[in-house]
Amino acid sequence: MAQSTIEARPGETPATEAGIAAAGLVRVLGGRRVLDGLDLVVPAGGRAGIVGRSGAGKSTLLSLVAGLAEPDGGTVAVGGDATAAGRLARCALMPQRDCLLPWRTALDNACLALENRGLPRSEAHRQVAPLFARLGLQGAERLRPARLSGGMRQRVAFIRTLCAGKETLLLDEPFGALDAITRAELQEWLAAALDAEPRTVLLVTHDVEEALLLCDRVHVLAAGRVTLELDVDVRRDGPRREIVTSAPFVELRERALEAIE
Amino acid sequence: MIRRAGPPLLLLAAAVGLWQLVVVLADVPDYLFPAPSAIARSLAHDSRLLASATAVTVREIVLGFLLAAAFALAIGVLLHFSAALRRALLPLLVLSQTIPTVLLAPVLAILLGYGIEPKLVVVAIVCFFPIVVGTVDGLRSADPELVRMMRTLHGGRLAIFRRVELPGALPAIFSGARVAATYAAVGAVFGEWAGSSAGLGFVILQAQPALDTARIFAAVLILCALALALYALVTLAERALVPWQREAANA
Repeated sequence: MAQSTIEARPGETPATEAGIAAAGLVRVLGGRRVLDGLDLVVPAGGRAGIVGRSGAGKSTLLSLVAGLAEPDGGTVAVGGDATAAGRLARCALMPQRDCLLPWRTALDNACLALENRGLPRSEAHRQVAPLFARLGLQGAERLRPARLSGGMRQRVAFIRTLCAGKETLLLDEPFGALDAITRAELQEWLAAALDAEPRTVLLVTHDVEEALLLCDRVHVLAAGRVTLELDVDVRRDGPRREIVTSAPFVELRERALEAIE
Repeated sequence: MIRRAGPPLLLLAAAVGLWQLVVVLADVPDYLFPAPSAIARSLAHDSRLLASATAVTVREIVLGFLLAAAFALAIGVLLHFSAALRRALLPLLVLSQTIPTVLLAPVLAILLGYGIEPKLVVVAIVCFFPIVVGTVDGLRSADPELVRMMRTLHGGRLAIFRRVELPGALPAIFSGARVAATYAAVGAVFGEWAGSSAGLGFVILQAQPALDTARIFAAVLILCALALALYALVTLAERALVPWQREAANA
């Protein structure tokens, strides 16, 4: 495994044993029980996908896990810490819109977390620049977001999230706004990036295929709770077209889609 | 640039031409309503006087505007950080805008004398409000999703302010500053009218009893040019400090 250049604390692996654990999670928004007794366990270093319709409570779940909101019932812990501040300290969120700061260059955007932690910009550059090269973004460093394509912007947003040095990545429909071709390209890119920089991942998406391609366990969210869990035990090497048309993959997809409806 | 400036310049030239024609044909005396040619003559003839008066007024405008900008930024940031202060002070600031500056100027002259100080205060008062409103609105309009993202990236309150809210507020702050720039010249004239011995406002006051209407028009013309110049300066500063906006518009 390639040694990460951007770990939070040198010598410590980003992932601890506990991962993400939610039990009986309830969240009421505007009188509606958006989450209604949700249970979820993601082991450290695991990649969990959450699929469901719009309004199924996917983004609400991410806010709770990230420590940006507190549940109205039940508990949620990240790395064994159930306090909001503790969860916030362990999670980095990648929103659906890339949320790049238009006044910063791509590299400066990726350096945000390091600068927030008090590193001088030059030192942050030194640490993050190699990642741009390794993840296929060389040449884009000095460009502002307005000059980047949608796919490039998402890549920069992901590197920014990665560079927070957190053990857990929360990805909220990261490719939801992209066209199908770019999307497929970025899914492959993300899979490779996560192999190079392993983290505990919670990926929220409405795209079942995306979840099955990127995650090792897929949870179907409906009516505020997890209604189905699928272990993704199919072979995922080789061309994408062959993977998504293989019989075990198709069967998993059908089961997930059925549970969503 | 030329294409954008073309139509208004053409219209302006036509209006000036018509003005000259009407005044000459109707034989209107200069003291009632001077022709553009008479104003131009006054500009040339009184150039020494007008130049020294302009220097005085420019100082008042620029210093007063900078004073307003500094206070407005500081108070805008303060109001942004304290909700209690915002609730208490913002309505009062709005209320203060109903006090006519024309009436404030004589009081300030009594308080601060006949030097540059009361003029600076008048200019600063008229310029303050648009900038402070732009600052408060701009800072508050930060995208909440950006703030959430920053919080998960080790972003504390100060980091969010420095890296997200303040740069994001710059366009709104400059909008306020541009509006303020057009008020500054009028503020300086009010200040001079309340008591002064120099400046373009003083020139106008002196020319009025002498029925030197052409000189009044010449002074007004210079005041317009000053306001326009300050506006252009603010726009240039915005281009330098907010380069990403043009980039985004051209993308």
